[in-house]
Amino acid sequence: MAIETMTMGKALNAGLRRALENDPKVVIMGEDVGKLGGVFRITDGLQKDFGEDRVIDTPLAESGIIGTAVGLAIRGYRPVCEIQFDGFVYPAYDQIVSQVAKMHYRSKGRLRLPIVIRIPYGGGIGAVEHHSESPEAYFAHTAGLKVVTCATPSDAYHMIQQAIASDDPIIFFEPKRRYWEKGPVDVDASPADAYPLHASRVVRQGTDVTVLAYGPMVRTALDAAAAVEAEGRSLEVIDLRTLSPLDLGPVYESVRRTGRCVVVHEAPRNVGLGAEIAARVTEECFYSLEAPVLRVTGFDTPYPPARLEEDYLPDLDRVLDAVDRTFGW
Amino acid sequence: MAKGDGGSTSRGKRATSPPKRSRTASTGDPEMIQLLTPDGERIDSATGPDGTEYRVDFTDQEYRDIYRDLVVVRKLDAEATALQRQGELGLWASLLGQEAAQVGSGRALRPQDMVFPTYREHGVLYCRGIDPIMPLGLFRGVDQGGWDPNEFKFNMYTIVIGAQTLHATGYAMGVAMDGKTGGDDGEAVIAYFGDGASSQGDVNESFVWSSVFNAPIVFFCQNNQYAISEPLERQTRIPLYQRASGFGFPGVRVDGNDVLATYATTRVALDNARHGQGPTFIEAYTYRMGAHTTSDDPTRYRIASEVEAWKAKDPIARVRAFLEKQQIADADFFAEVDEHARREAVHLRERVLAMPDPEPLTLFDNVYPNGSPLLDEQREQFSRYLASFEGSAH
Repeated sequence: MAIETMTMGKALNAGLRRALENDPKVVIMGEDVGKLGGVFRITDGLQKDFGEDRVIDTPLAESGIIGTAVGLAIRGYRPVCEIQFDGFVYPAYDQIVSQVAKMHYRSKGRLRLPIVIRIPYGGGIGAVEHHSESPEAYFAHTAGLKVVTCATPSDAYHMIQQAIASDDPIIFFEPKRRYWEKGPVDVDASPADAYPLHASRVVRQGTDVTVLAYGPMVRTALDAAAAVEAEGRSLEVIDLRTLSPLDLGPVYESVRRTGRCVVVHEAPRNVGLGAEIAARVTEECFYSLEAPVLRVTGFDTPYPPARLEEDYLPDLDRVLDAVDRTFGW
Repeated sequence: MAKGDGGSTSRGKRATSPPKRSRTASTGDPEMIQLLTPDGERIDSATGPDGTEYRVDFTDQEYRDIYRDLVVVRKLDAEATALQRQGELGLWASLLGQEAAQVGSGRALRPQDMVFPTYREHGVLYCRGIDPIMPLGLFRGVDQGGWDPNEFKFNMYTIVIGAQTLHATGYAMGVAMDGKTGGDDGEAVIAYFGDGASSQGDVNESFVWSSVFNAPIVFFCQNNQYAISEPLERQTRIPLYQRASGFGFPGVRVDGNDVLATYATTRVALDNARHGQGPTFIEAYTYRMGAHTTSDDPTRYRIASEVEAWKAKDPIARVRAFLEKQQIADADFFAEVDEHARREAVHLRERVLAMPDPEPLTLFDNVYPNGSPLLDEQREQFSRYLASFEGSAH
């Protein structure tokens, strides 16, 4: 077992490299993924080592990226598409929702589209507009897609390989503000041996309040838990990891113990993942709840100018404010 | 076998002439490839705008076979329209008038070629050897396409306008990546779409992609003059085939009601693709004689005289006239073909009426190759709900 410390960006790069090595049908396609290695350098060096047929710099048109990936998948390839930024996925939305998501169903299971669509998402990097959005709910709402997101370098390394190995179409959200954070990665573990792709995970045990987060907000939730530990308050933090289908079994188990639940995401609150989670937790844990399930989210505004994003984004204090409020009932 | 006396390239006016700005989209175009006139006169060869020469050298049997295809395809289509009118199909998108475009291009395919259809390619589907009941299952609502796309090399119907052109392009890129171009046994891909789809972003993106990747693909546009109610001039101010040059590959307009010309142009374009020479745009200039679908009323947006003018260019009548004039087929043959088509239609009707509705719980099948616990839960809940009615009069 070789444990290496690396950034999430490097972990994704290493995971993609292994996927390319292990299966000649895996191809990476997107804007600037070749010589440049992607605007975040996630595909750095891959075209040089695997060639222009396997790491394809595409024309600048997102619907074209996904639409041609559908054809390549029908042909037997396993396309890994990079959408350069969250806010640029919408031109591809039709192909994703109407074609990628439905073709297996429409064909009575005869066609499989093992496509992974990587999307750097979320704010916190001071970017200009359309570069900081959290569109995961659009995709989680669509039958036929699976949606996952990683929060650590280790998960990034393993989950990207698991997603590529899966025959399901998967939207793979990468928390771009965590690209540069480092963590340990077991680079020898095979995707099959790693923690399952579609499973949530308790990342900090606690007794008083269950805090649910995913992607960029896992770190925020963990920071919040550490901050209140000294006050004698014990938060259990669960990294949801899979947004569609949600894996709420561990959540129910936790909430039945704590009686309190707070959901955290950057995306706007209205009809977001938090709403679905709150409804399900209420259905399953009704008699255990000491307070309503509370949500800590972005606001129902367009993503604001960067100088306002610290106000828009949930942070440690807003998480703890919600935690405190669960004790007010 | 006797040939018509056309034998010239007089119809091959070069594409260097300025684009017409006609306001009437239904007029013919002297630039189009034609090998069989509406009167059934054979033209030996025609030359495309890039100098390509198009011809066919069918045996008498091949002429008779392609006539039979046209008649059967039209008859099955008429039967499907009737079934819709009788409430047996929810909808039907008729191909009436477009038989030559579909049979000509469909018969030009080689077994290894892959097809990406719209939702109206019943004639191409027939040429691919797929049971013609399959699209009726879709329009009846018992499934969303019952054939195996890989077995027949004919993908699912695509209803979202133009989306399939990108799928075809990606598939063609895969063909090239697999090294399956460059020889007579190479593979080619054909993408069907219409004049309305030519305005879609996806179609234009597929032109860009196929051009820069030199994909082995033929874009076969059936310009049937209308996108539901909107006439051609709402989509374009130049002949559609001329758009290809802006993307860097050849385009040609063919008489879409001439099965020989559509066959010849498609064959050449597919062979160019399979030999690694990249994409071709074929504009099959035709006319949708019926409604867009059975939900449409074309009398609201087009005049009867226009339809009458196109009736005179009927794709089947001209083949029959040719076969008769050249004594390739006799009255017994035509009667036998009609009877064959009638029997096929009766058989189709019988089987459509016998199509069972799917079982309710199958609606949960095949959402994901690897399944989903969420769906398992919903299926289980719905199953218990349905079971709760058992024994009741419900």
